[in-house]
Amino acid sequence: MPNSQMTPGIAPGRLTKDAYAKNFTDLHAPLDAHEAAVAADRCYFCYDAPCQTACPTSIDIPMFIRQISTGTAEAAAVKIFEENILGGMCARVCPTETLCEEVCVREVAEGKPVEIGRLQRYATDTMMEKGVHPFERAEPTGKKVAVVGAGPAGLSCAHRLAMHGHDVVILDGREKAGGLNEFGIAAYKSVDDFAHREVEWLMQIGGITVEYGKRLGDGMSLADLTGSYDAVFLAIGLGGVNALRADGEDLDGVLDAVDYIAKLRQADDLSKMPVGRNVVVIGGGMTAVDAAVQSKLLGAEHVSMVYRRGKERMAASEYEQELATAKGVTIIYNAQPVAIHGDGAVREVEFEYTVEEDGKLRGTGEMFRIPADQVFKAIGQTLEGVPDGVAVERGKIVVNEHGRTSQDGVWAGGDCASGGDDLTVTAVAEGRDAAIDINATLMA
Amino acid sequence: MADLTSNFLGIKSPNPFWLASAPPTDKEYNVRRAFEAGWGGVVWKTLGEEGPPVVNVNGPRYGAIYGADRRLLGLNNIELITDRPLQQNLEEITRVKKDYPDRAIIVSLMVPCEEQPWKDILKAVETTGADGVELNFGCPHGMAERGMGGAVGQVPEYIEMVTRWCKENTKMPVIVKLTPNITDIRKPAEAALRGGADAVSLINTINSITTVDLDTMAPEPTIDGKGTHGGYCGPAVKPIALNMVAEIARNPETANLPISGIGGVTTWRDAAEFMALGCGNVQVCTAVMTYGFKIVEEMISGLSQWMDEKGYTSVDDFVGMAVPNVTDWQYLNLNYITKAVIDQDACIQCGRCYAACEDTSHQAIEMSEDRKFSVKDDECVACNLCVNVCPVEGCITMKQVMPGELDERTGQKVPAEYGNWIDHPNNPGNTCASGK
Repeated sequence: MPNSQMTPGIAPGRLTKDAYAKNFTDLHAPLDAHEAAVAADRCYFCYDAPCQTACPTSIDIPMFIRQISTGTAEAAAVKIFEENILGGMCARVCPTETLCEEVCVREVAEGKPVEIGRLQRYATDTMMEKGVHPFERAEPTGKKVAVVGAGPAGLSCAHRLAMHGHDVVILDGREKAGGLNEFGIAAYKSVDDFAHREVEWLMQIGGITVEYGKRLGDGMSLADLTGSYDAVFLAIGLGGVNALRADGEDLDGVLDAVDYIAKLRQADDLSKMPVGRNVVVIGGGMTAVDAAVQSKLLGAEHVSMVYRRGKERMAASEYEQELATAKGVTIIYNAQPVAIHGDGAVREVEFEYTVEEDGKLRGTGEMFRIPADQVFKAIGQTLEGVPDGVAVERGKIVVNEHGRTSQDGVWAGGDCASGGDDLTVTAVAEGRDAAIDINATLMA
Repeated sequence: MADLTSNFLGIKSPNPFWLASAPPTDKEYNVRRAFEAGWGGVVWKTLGEEGPPVVNVNGPRYGAIYGADRRLLGLNNIELITDRPLQQNLEEITRVKKDYPDRAIIVSLMVPCEEQPWKDILKAVETTGADGVELNFGCPHGMAERGMGGAVGQVPEYIEMVTRWCKENTKMPVIVKLTPNITDIRKPAEAALRGGADAVSLINTINSITTVDLDTMAPEPTIDGKGTHGGYCGPAVKPIALNMVAEIARNPETANLPISGIGGVTTWRDAAEFMALGCGNVQVCTAVMTYGFKIVEEMISGLSQWMDEKGYTSVDDFVGMAVPNVTDWQYLNLNYITKAVIDQDACIQCGRCYAACEDTSHQAIEMSEDRKFSVKDDECVACNLCVNVCPVEGCITMKQVMPGELDERTGQKVPAEYGNWIDHPNNPGNTCASGK
């Protein structure tokens, strides 16, 4: 422990070895058999259950919980994976408090929903720990599909296509599959290399190959793909990051939150991750929370998360906001960055208070400054690298309800496509549904 | 995946899960929904003879018993047989069977104890294409007052007589549904067999009053201030049903008589237990009345997973496998010794085992100053009460004291050989013992 929380500037090793391990352990410990039995017992097996309706992948939640209750967690896992092949990751990262658990009738009745997310993890972990893959590939169809992007949407699409007997080639720009499951998301939500293990488990279906270091526009065009494959699914995510458009954005220590999180996720040794003594995170979404909380967990003394609008407008859920404050993050609402000050490296960030009137944000003229050794920009990601000929509207690839783009033979899903809310679970649903439509089209 | 296909009396169904004759199978609408949900077969709610249908009460028909969290454990009902015209039921049965040829449809029947009405109704049912009939000798309320249902089931001679009439008048398989409101279930089963029954199904519901309203001083369900005994069913009656099924299955006279098991079946496990005790299939009612038809999915996935794990490929592989292990008390091995063991890691220190043992059993559990609970092997008789009252499954278990090891309670070494009451020296009827 060469440094401490008080070490000025940006420094690694601010904590003891044990503290890193403790800070980055599972946010929610897995349920043991007794806890799962008690939690499952609370489910009322509702008719046309609100939780199932609220789930973007429409998992039959009452049924899988009933299967856990009757001692068949494996059957429960199959029920989950039938709809959501990344049900293991979704059990860890879904904002259940704004999806299934928010509408649970026991949330309504008692303010305490059935712990659906944790039960889903119990079921999926039970099966995955046995290394069992419950699905079999149909007879090969001889059709070839290219999936661009190995994130949740791409993986989900590829798996469903493989189940139908198609040969799938996933092309991904990075050196590892998983997309945001692997390179985004807070580390404490996906411990023990789960994202990687889940990809390996998913690949057991067979018929899927992954080619790394392949990016559209980088020696590979959409025309190349449509020429050599029977269908193409674009799941390229949002590759760009919004700029602050504030003075001083180019100072040292001003970073994109997504890049920092990706580095952190890939770090073998967290004590080597440099973090500021004073960290300022600008933004109000999940990426902002993940960057803020993890900075704190890495040993930053002060972490402020500053959002330009009010609490109720924040994209991060109430639960995530509470998590951040519980971990010691200060959340400042209604303040927008005006300038980043420093000499070579960032020293402080200047903000102006804001008010929102009739949906319009304006500065009040009142300024304040927060000391900062490190600034994380988390104000949204943007679509990049969309091939010509594929229609884009409002920063998203235009798709219909089956995921079809404006170009024949090309489908899209996940964060890059219109219609979703940029959640892992939505990406999984879109990938699955596009695969169903691709299959129907190819086999027609 | 295991093959769940069932063949009961030559009646095939995609799985061994049938719906029992009851409100869920009263009409076409429900039965179609049940088949869509995946049920293997139904026993259509009991038909009566031609003429004006029976009339039901228009106040509450059901009463209930709850466990923690208002979980329904037992249901009682005072509903009678179908209150819809015979012809309408027959037309609906015909239509549904035609649309679902792979599912089993059995028609439950109850007419007066005379041969002609039975002849007539059998003839009528034969036109529907139904797979068989079930004779309702069980309903304990209402119809029993009119000399039908449970009133017939309580007199073995009547069971035999009516069963024989039916067998003489139809080629359809005849299942006789038995009432549990008797002393010895083997007698009506034997009577059904003598009458030529192809199978028995049991149990029908148990005479019961679920609760008493202490303000109106009336039993529930209450109709205008009065109540009557109704038929009790649901998870609470399962142990009674399992025993009656086992009694028939292990009775040499009826050992080969097929059984359709009924009584509180709610999950795949309940079904497997009935089948292990000799039932070729099971019938379900209360569970679907509580949770809807969809529960059959869990029964199918659960039974299938368990069969795969055990290596059973067909449901017939395990039917009756537990029957040889049902015996009389006198044959139990008195030299088999176990002691309770409390898993300290799993224990949540509620002390329920201590209260149960200290107050009502053998003072065989010790409680330390810091609330650690442990078993005193020199006092434990292995009654199992601590296991039963412990809220944590698997926290308290019974561990066998192996032959040759010391039983600290008796100070004796555990004998290696089997020894039952018949040969026990304390048995006054034991001639060997009195001879010493």
